[in-house]
Amino acid sequence: MSVSFQDLVNQAKQQIREVDPAELERRLTEVTILDIREADEFDQGAISGAHLAPRGILESVISLHVSDFEQEVVVYCGVGARSALAAQTLQLMGYTDVRSLAGGFNRWKDEGLPWRAPESLTAEQRARYSRHILLPEIGEQGQMKLLESRVLIVGAGGLGSPAALYLAAAGVGTIGIVDFDVVDASNLQRQILHNVDRIGQPKVDSARETLTALNPDVKVVTYNERLSADNVLDIFAEYDVIVDGADNFPTRYLVNDAALHLRKPVVHGSVFRFEGQVTVFDPYVGPCYRCQFPEPPPPELAPSCAEAGVLGVLTGIIGSIQAIEAAKILLDIGEGLTGRLLTYDGLSQEFRTLRVRRDPECPACADENQPPRLVEYDITCAHPGSMARIA
Amino acid sequence: MPATIRIPTSLQGLTEGSSEVEVPAGQVGAAIDDLITRYPDLGERLLGEDGKPRRFVNIFVAEDDIRFLDGLETTVTDGQVVTILPAMAGG
Repeated sequence: MSVSFQDLVNQAKQQIREVDPAELERRLTEVTILDIREADEFDQGAISGAHLAPRGILESVISLHVSDFEQEVVVYCGVGARSALAAQTLQLMGYTDVRSLAGGFNRWKDEGLPWRAPESLTAEQRARYSRHILLPEIGEQGQMKLLESRVLIVGAGGLGSPAALYLAAAGVGTIGIVDFDVVDASNLQRQILHNVDRIGQPKVDSARETLTALNPDVKVVTYNERLSADNVLDIFAEYDVIVDGADNFPTRYLVNDAALHLRKPVVHGSVFRFEGQVTVFDPYVGPCYRCQFPEPPPPELAPSCAEAGVLGVLTGIIGSIQAIEAAKILLDIGEGLTGRLLTYDGLSQEFRTLRVRRDPECPACADENQPPRLVEYDITCAHPGSMARIA
Repeated sequence: MPATIRIPTSLQGLTEGSSEVEVPAGQVGAAIDDLITRYPDLGERLLGEDGKPRRFVNIFVAEDDIRFLDGLETTVTDGQVVTILPAMAGG
């Protein structure tokens, strides 16, 4: 005896329960909704909050979406036929409160109920980011999150170069870059955003050219200006994470204090000769820069890289670690460096982790309700010679 | 076995190039004093006029900042490492 598809659907509908679109709409937030259509159908529009669980793999993925066999579940497809079969299968598996959406997504739309066209990656993006998508910690959802993220890089120099390159390659959708310097031949030993053809150009223009060529998905926003108490809050407000690759103490304290105002996480990196440091300052969660170093050193005790030198590739190591930390914050994965300072010594080839703590008497972050006044230290003081740069 | 003080590269010019200096175990303040006795130019880099660590230098015993332990009275045991960590701003 043969049975047609319609026969199967009719039999299933006798064994399952259905729910009308209007009733489901009233209880949207209380029910787990599974869209059992194929991914391309889902991409073209779906009920808000629905999880994609294609019929072909429903049995194997249902536990990812529904942990309790008594949980209230509604399944839907285009017209309510495939979902009737899906509901029947879930009942067989032991799920006790499963209903099929009567008339499916078509009726839902016909009744004028709200739905969304979920954003999804294009075929090109799926290819470009395939190694990310393969990682369970990222996947397609994580990649879309990166594409919607906004990171500000302070300084298009030694640290900012690798950080910006890797974050752009990773598909961070908007990358802001603040720097008011121009490309100089002495930068090229470490500042890999730039090249000999760009000498004399503003660093932010050079950076935009390099990053856009690497990944056209990325919108590069440039600020060819010095970060100051007057502009820092307006600039920072536009971003999710700040990557601090400045080359002077005044800017670093300004970054810290502004981030406290706006509660933006700062991925801090610094280098000197063969040594580097990385940490994350998460406002009011972990320590801030002033918890660690309440005051900048006097100029005579704070030689800059311009005076003391820095191994070029060291900035590549430290800036790349900053990119990892920024990506982790955006994706909300892993264990960040909040409260930990990672130090690296290129000569001994050793990494060490030190605990850094929030200072209950910190002049900047002790009182959440009183963020610090934005102070601009005399930049010529901190950097005798080649001052007033953020690079 | 003595304790070891790690000297950052920015200060190694004041320790005749040494990256590590062995000091007797005891209190970290005594260990730092011992270091300064051997390399007097380090004094103003590490300690202020009040004798306390300067505000742009952190001193760690093992993994912990002595400011959150017992300051210069923090105990350093045999074999432990004291890390001097100056603020650095290079980028």
